[in-house]
Amino acid sequence: MKLGFSQADEHFRQECADWLNGQMAGEFRDIKGISKLTGSPERRKEWEKQLAAHRWSCIGWPEQWGGRDATLAQQVIFAEEYARAGVPGRVNHIGIELAGPTILTFGTEEQKQRFLPGIAAGETIFCQGFSEPNAGSDLAGVRTKGRLEDGEWVVNGQKIWTSLAHISDWIFVVTRTEEGSQGPRGLTFLMMPIDQPGIEIRGIRQINGDAEFNETFFTDARCLADSYIGTVGEGWKIAMGLLAFERGVSTLGQQMGFRNELDEIIAAAKANGAAQDPLIRQRLAKAEIGLRLMRYGALRMLSQTDNSRMDGAALTYKIQWATWRRSLGELAMDVLGQAGEVSAHEDYEWDTLPNLFLFSRADTIYGGTNQIQRNLIAERGLGLPREPRWTA
Amino acid sequence: MEFTFTDEQRMIAETARAFFSENATSARTRAAMEGEGIDRALWHDFCQELGFSGISIAEAAGGAGLGLVELAILAEAAGAHVAALPMLGSLMLAAQAIAAGGSEAQRGAWLPRLLSGEAIAAFVEDAGLEVRDGKLTGGSGFVAHGALAELFVVTDGSGAWLVRRDAAGVSVTAQTTMDQTRPLAEVRFEGASAEALTDATEGLATANRAALVGLAAEALGGAQASLDRTVDYARERVQFGRPIGSFQAYKHRLADMMVEIEQARSAVYWAACAVDEGSEEAPLALHAAKSFAADTAFRCAADMIQLHGGIGFTWEHDAHLFFKRARSIQTLLGKGDWHREQVAAMILGEAA
Repeated sequence: MKLGFSQADEHFRQECADWLNGQMAGEFRDIKGISKLTGSPERRKEWEKQLAAHRWSCIGWPEQWGGRDATLAQQVIFAEEYARAGVPGRVNHIGIELAGPTILTFGTEEQKQRFLPGIAAGETIFCQGFSEPNAGSDLAGVRTKGRLEDGEWVVNGQKIWTSLAHISDWIFVVTRTEEGSQGPRGLTFLMMPIDQPGIEIRGIRQINGDAEFNETFFTDARCLADSYIGTVGEGWKIAMGLLAFERGVSTLGQQMGFRNELDEIIAAAKANGAAQDPLIRQRLAKAEIGLRLMRYGALRMLSQTDNSRMDGAALTYKIQWATWRRSLGELAMDVLGQAGEVSAHEDYEWDTLPNLFLFSRADTIYGGTNQIQRNLIAERGLGLPREPRWTA
Repeated sequence: MEFTFTDEQRMIAETARAFFSENATSARTRAAMEGEGIDRALWHDFCQELGFSGISIAEAAGGAGLGLVELAILAEAAGAHVAALPMLGSLMLAAQAIAAGGSEAQRGAWLPRLLSGEAIAAFVEDAGLEVRDGKLTGGSGFVAHGALAELFVVTDGSGAWLVRRDAAGVSVTAQTTMDQTRPLAEVRFEGASAEALTDATEGLATANRAALVGLAAEALGGAQASLDRTVDYARERVQFGRPIGSFQAYKHRLADMMVEIEQARSAVYWAACAVDEGSEEAPLALHAAKSFAADTAFRCAADMIQLHGGIGFTWEHDAHLFFKRARSIQTLLGKGDWHREQVAAMILGEAA
């Protein structure tokens, strides 16, 4: 058991920090510190290309596809330094962390040639078409239909909560391609270009006033016949494989973002005197401890050499961070007091901490609600009887 | 960076788990509770046959020279069975203090006897001492396994002394203690002869680190056992024609226990590793591990009672052993609020 990083890793850390800080002080200083996923989308697409130009866009990928074959430790370090330097989140997160690894694992050679270079270069931005109005927690209940017609897939239906669809180039879509099939059977995982007449995107205004999520409508939308990943009718397997990538190294970068948020709360508490309140001090300490435990939980999860077995740390990770961050939002407001309930901006714009308070209500919902997480933990982690579900 | 057990650590864990699950049975623990609060045969076997008693004591002092990760592994395994052993006072506190802060003569006189289990030592803290001509006056009402000790390591925070049980002016009274697996005693010194520990600062700091990790690990073991036993019950017990573990209101509480326990596991091994590697995070990690793991053990043991229903409230069921042990861990070596206050001072940049 070892926590420290090697000297070579520490050199790598310095290299990452130097480059990232240089960018944030130079050509890309205008995007430094943007916390919303929707801020300055055009500049952030340019930033994706800049990362790629210096081979920092997907360091965990194989060199052959634009990555660096980076070790686990290096990926952890890059993710940490990225957030520490105040670089905003990746608008191509879904391409780099989800679509790319899915294509690398399940795609054909031809599909790798077609998609990976564009994703690595920051030119192809991906979004995710899983949830539907009637298929939320019960994801296998999707109704969006796909059929083959004249050498093309023709897709009809609706997806929802498609984060950043309005700035994306491609979307992967779980579609029901077997007429009359139910549940996880008869689904196909399709890759579709977004810029076409059959796809319409409408923003969904959220409780924080922002619109990061969308509704995506498919009306005879089309893609080529060979645009499915894996096997026709067995898209569920691909969708589940993709979700496993979600628990990857990117979580460490996400945590560094949390670090910045907690630091801002600590600074606010010192500035307005809330730090003298013994109850606030207890809650600040609990938040700090929770954040540290999240880091070491993630390192435990990533140190598992056998990835096929979901161990306890991996299984509990989502509910842990989501619940922690939701509490952090509440702590932020208790530190700010009424000053947190008014904004100096117009158009219902909020600074980082009030926005954290509002946005974090989504954390315990998206990517599997806390209730669903508890089912998964009880059933997979503790072997308790399963809830009713689709019978195959 | 490799935050997972090495092969050697995995082997120690398997050996320790097998030892305690075979020997630290409920029947033996209950026999100890009726008597002096120690399973002497188990202590003998732990020290002599398992040979792990000096696991994190330096080789030069007669130990195995391993670290706090290995100590945590042992304490976790012992905690999973609420084993009635003087591990805390004798090994984690007294032996660690003597090994790190004692003179060669002090180490030679006591460590072989403590590590072999032949002698038991107890740790007397917050002793409110008056020291005159090398004689101590003071004491404490809450000394773990104090009634069994042949030697006391005594501190009031400013220094540390060794006092023999048989010295003139030492009186010891066993207390009726809520946790009967680690009974407390009142220990009083009236001008008792004492021998100062050569390097009290180093001795106390080392003992404190080891004991915080050890207690946190013991708490982790207890929390996990509380969950495991409740999961077994949830699958067996049928009401309304279904195993009760199939009800969401029930299984979600078990899931919440697991979420807490996984964090406690990260906390314990982070703290142990941080101390072993001399990381600057160690002080914060120790406060985090002790407070978090103790609270986790308490919550899980309390839930074990609730989720077992009536049987969980009986003397016959083991739930109360875990519940009472967890309560005592919360109090020992600083309550959770105190540890969190230390963390708050650190992150707010206030001088400690």
